[in-house]
Amino acid sequence: MTIRHHISDQLLLGYSAGQLPEAFNLVVATHLSLCDECRARLASFDALGGVMIDVAPLDGTSENSVELTMARITGLPQVVRPARVPQVERGLLPAPLLGYVGGDLASVKWRSLGLGVRQAILPTGQGATARLLYIPAGQAVPDHGHRGMELTLVLQGAFRDSADRFGPGDLEIATQDLEHTPVAEAGMDCICLAATDAPLRFTGLLPRIAQPFFRI
Amino acid sequence: MAAETETDWAALLMRVRDDADKAAFAQIFRHFGPRVKAFLKKSGAGDALAEECAQDVMATLWQKSHLFDPTRASVATWVFTIARNRRIDALRKSRRPEPEDLPWGPEPEMEAAEALELHQESRRLGEALAQLPEKQRALIERAYFGDLSHSEIAAETGLPLGTIKSRIRLALERLRHQMT
Repeated sequence: MTIRHHISDQLLLGYSAGQLPEAFNLVVATHLSLCDECRARLASFDALGGVMIDVAPLDGTSENSVELTMARITGLPQVVRPARVPQVERGLLPAPLLGYVGGDLASVKWRSLGLGVRQAILPTGQGATARLLYIPAGQAVPDHGHRGMELTLVLQGAFRDSADRFGPGDLEIATQDLEHTPVAEAGMDCICLAATDAPLRFTGLLPRIAQPFFRI
Repeated sequence: MAAETETDWAALLMRVRDDADKAAFAQIFRHFGPRVKAFLKKSGAGDALAEECAQDVMATLWQKSHLFDPTRASVATWVFTIARNRRIDALRKSRRPEPEDLPWGPEPEMEAAEALELHQESRRLGEALAQLPEKQRALIERAYFGDLSHSEIAAETGLPLGTIKSRIRLALERLRHQMT
């Protein structure tokens, strides 16, 4: 897959520093599973974290800290690196998503949003919400704007909006400035992982009424 | 300080990994233990919690030494990632899923040379950080010590992260190539 839209430096640094809400962590980890370019960029931010630890002013550990830890590790089994076996062919969902869904695509518990659009909210902690979205080929998601930040990662198919085209592995980062009507490309149904840190702002009346029921 | 940066932490950790060498572990502990504790205290942990978590972090370093890949991370980076995860568990009560595992490590004969190059890149990064204006450095520190929310984090570090990224990118490409 050719990925054209990547994780921003801001999000990568936030993920490296451990400062993102869980739903954003999930989107970032899923994109990283598909994109070695961002995986390497993340490693450079982690390296910066390593430098921060290395130059941090010291804070003495207790006198017997080393001994206590030595006593703890004595008898602790060491984790062994897995043998060099070829990677198994994975399904549609990258590893970080499997636990949240409880399996691959067939295990997703979809709920209809009308017009063939479906969603499944994933259980994440506070600060942001995550969902899988299923948009039939050619179908539009209602026109909406954003109060906060919305991340949309394409897992299958593609969609277009006023910003660009987004295909498998592409991540769209939408902020307050963007009002868009994503339309799934013809040919293949589009499946996305989306996360928001504030409720979306729908421009049409009907979705606005339905919004509290669907938690979008 | 100059003498300390010359210590080959990766070689010591590989002795922990390959020979369960406790003397090597103790040496790593004496350097990184107090730094991890300082990191956790700056992140808002009290003294007792920071002490306990620092010991946890170092014990994890021992237990997971077989997962350490010196071509993709320096020991300081490895320690940072473990400490960060411990901090998330202890203080934030949030979850941070990891990307899919890369199941294969590097070929052993590549390991030493590449680890050395990565070590040198990390050192250059440290030097570049030291040369940043104080205000800019403080902002990066605050991001890593957990003092900024994700919307407050400014991504522009002013540091040459591209060189270390390119090196790790090559290591990943080789890894992918071996898998096919």
